[in-house]
Amino acid sequence: MAGGKFFGGIHPKYHKELASAQSIEQMPLPERLIVHFAQNLGAAPKPVVKKGDAVRKGQVIAEPQGFVSVPLHAPTSGSVQAIDLFPHPVGADMPAAVIVPDGKDEWAPGLNAPRNADGFDAEKIKGIIRDAGLVGMGGAAFPTHVKLSPPKEKPIDLLIVNGAECEPYLASDHRLMIERPAEILEGASLFARALGVQQVIVAIEKNKPEAIEAIRSAIVERRGYSLRALDVVYPQGAERQLIFALTGRRVPAGGLPMDVGVLVQNVGTAFAAYEAVHFGRPLIERVVCVTGRGIARPKNIVAKIGTTFNDAIAFCGGQRGESGKVISGGPMMGVAQYSLEAPITKGTSGIVLLTREEVAQFVSDPCIRCGRCVRVCPMLLNPSALSIFVERLRFDDAEAYHVIDCIECGCCAYVCPSRRPMVHHFRRAKAEIRSKAAKAS
Amino acid sequence: MNRDTVKREVFVEDKKTKEVAEGLAGAGPRFLVSSSPHVREGVEIRDIMRLVIIALLPATLFSIYLFGVRALLTIAISVGSAVLFEAVWQKAVRKPVMIGNLSAALTGLLLALNLPSASPWWMICIGSLFAIVIAKQLYGGIGYNIFNPALVGRVVLLIAFPVQMTAKWLTPSAWGMNAVTTATPLGRVREALLTNGRIDVHLTRQEVLDLLIGNRAGSLGEVSVILLLIGGVFLIAKKIITWHIPVSFIASVWVLAGVFHLVNPARYADPSFHVITGGLFLGAFFMATDYVTSPIRPVGKLIFGVGCGAITVVIRLFGAYPEGVSFAILLMNAVTPLIDRYTRAAVFGARKVKATAA
Repeated sequence: MAGGKFFGGIHPKYHKELASAQSIEQMPLPERLIVHFAQNLGAAPKPVVKKGDAVRKGQVIAEPQGFVSVPLHAPTSGSVQAIDLFPHPVGADMPAAVIVPDGKDEWAPGLNAPRNADGFDAEKIKGIIRDAGLVGMGGAAFPTHVKLSPPKEKPIDLLIVNGAECEPYLASDHRLMIERPAEILEGASLFARALGVQQVIVAIEKNKPEAIEAIRSAIVERRGYSLRALDVVYPQGAERQLIFALTGRRVPAGGLPMDVGVLVQNVGTAFAAYEAVHFGRPLIERVVCVTGRGIARPKNIVAKIGTTFNDAIAFCGGQRGESGKVISGGPMMGVAQYSLEAPITKGTSGIVLLTREEVAQFVSDPCIRCGRCVRVCPMLLNPSALSIFVERLRFDDAEAYHVIDCIECGCCAYVCPSRRPMVHHFRRAKAEIRSKAAKAS
Repeated sequence: MNRDTVKREVFVEDKKTKEVAEGLAGAGPRFLVSSSPHVREGVEIRDIMRLVIIALLPATLFSIYLFGVRALLTIAISVGSAVLFEAVWQKAVRKPVMIGNLSAALTGLLLALNLPSASPWWMICIGSLFAIVIAKQLYGGIGYNIFNPALVGRVVLLIAFPVQMTAKWLTPSAWGMNAVTTATPLGRVREALLTNGRIDVHLTRQEVLDLLIGNRAGSLGEVSVILLLIGGVFLIAKKIITWHIPVSFIASVWVLAGVFHLVNPARYADPSFHVITGGLFLGAFFMATDYVTSPIRPVGKLIFGVGCGAITVVIRLFGAYPEGVSFAILLMNAVTPLIDRYTRAAVFGARKVKATAA
């Protein structure tokens, strides 16, 4: 299968060593959990509990609304103390249920029991995955069962399990691949069965030799499965770039991976599928990499969904010195937090604390057209021209120059010698273009 | 477009936000909040400018060795006045003073390297005034100028003071001693063509060597082809510039001049003579590659380089001036936005993009 290097990309300082040697550790139950209802792309599920209700671990506390939506489950047993607005890691106050654990961590009936999944057909697997509330755990949080249901005219022939983890600092996928390789592959096989796909590739960047070794030993007995070690270049884990690097197929601009017969799932999602199908455990906890030079003891933790950043940071020894920035996700694409009361959601792959000195400060100095952004843009856009258009409020021109195809990887802003806030400009242009289109229709 | 509608987002913590933050003290820890990415490579404009200046150092130091104290003075006056004009202008119009990014210093150095060693101090100042104030700041400062500032300065002087700019060349001699007035190699060819109707270029090995090393008359920085080449290769290796413009510029001069030479060797000099004389190497590596005024994509850069080369040859062979590199680059500067518009890459995953007028 042809492949190669995608265009552009950067070689940031990775700082993976801070957390990559830390075994995954179960974090004890915090005193309260803030469980947001909006945790998946698409429609947020509707709450079915109210203040004062007692809940059991794994019990549904919000029902999906439509196809592109998943249910939400209580992460532990306890009582609903409040339903109110709380900081959401995407950057706004949103409705969430506050659950005070009773300490018993008692499962709702019918859950957490091993079962034989050999006879499960595609529909059954997809149903379990949906009912378990699975979403893409690399950060996008798109409902997994929707991805597993491509329309008939778009047959999938290849499943890619994404273990690239190209974001600097983050090591949660890395650790999961080292510690649970067989479970990840089993989860991947469930996706493959649901799709009727024979060919599965696990893709890992070469800077994770232990993970490559672990998956390699676990993969031998699986026919049709292969492991591909990828060059270390950001954004190697971005879907379009990953697919091109592995297969040479180009996802059409504005299209989806299924347009070229490919489906990409994150290793964390594969693990969650294994837990859901084989043990009836819904998605109520995940591996989070708490790291950065602003963290006293960087760790990879299994934390309940709803654990506040404050509690997670405290479990990792607290802050070291004065933090400049707290990021949900990695430093290239993650979201800066304004409050440590924001909780871990299904899409939170990491919590990164940057020191003041590390934090990039952007100013709109004039573009000198050096072309560094043009050389690194993996979508072959002209960020220089685009940012000048946005600065002058020429959104029509930005649209004509394909700003909508920007994947917001941040390579352009990373290399810009004029410290221009490129990604900020492009998000703004996209928002303007979308609102104009919405008005027109 | 109305400049008032230009909205600028400023993301740094300025004094005001700091005061607001201090006023809120006690409301818990506060963190910087801004769009991703949250880290940067850390290369600044001044780092790039510094590398270009370093790349010019061999040719600069050699020019001081060849032309002596006068060369040193010319460089000092040019750099000093360029930085001064930029600072004074930015103060006067209440813009932040940005001389720290070394862009004005580089413009001053490039202007000096484009001047004869015998230039009077007032003429140098007029050149840098035009370069910095007229060609750069009046257009909006760094990033907004259409024409290469140093070349604007040079061409203004060339047109306004033709005698000082073209007739007062000194032959190099160590430390500027015993220098005598002479013509540049290109000037001599032009002279011969006008008086005798034919040129008289029979390059001996020694002459070629002299031209390569820089043992000849010319502008300060243009004389040593080898040192300019070393600087240019350094910039390409450091990824400050790409090979596209210098290679296509120099190659097209060689090819085009070669075609004319084949047709009539009595009138048109050997193409290699054209390549190693005049300001071609200085222009191709250090002036035509100016970021702001040259195309941004490889294909556009190649078109730009070929255009520069073609115009240079036409001016040298048929124009009123013996040298055409400066004019060629300035003319191509003017069409750079057009080149950029029609050399856009297709976005990843798209078959082809139709150039749309923006």
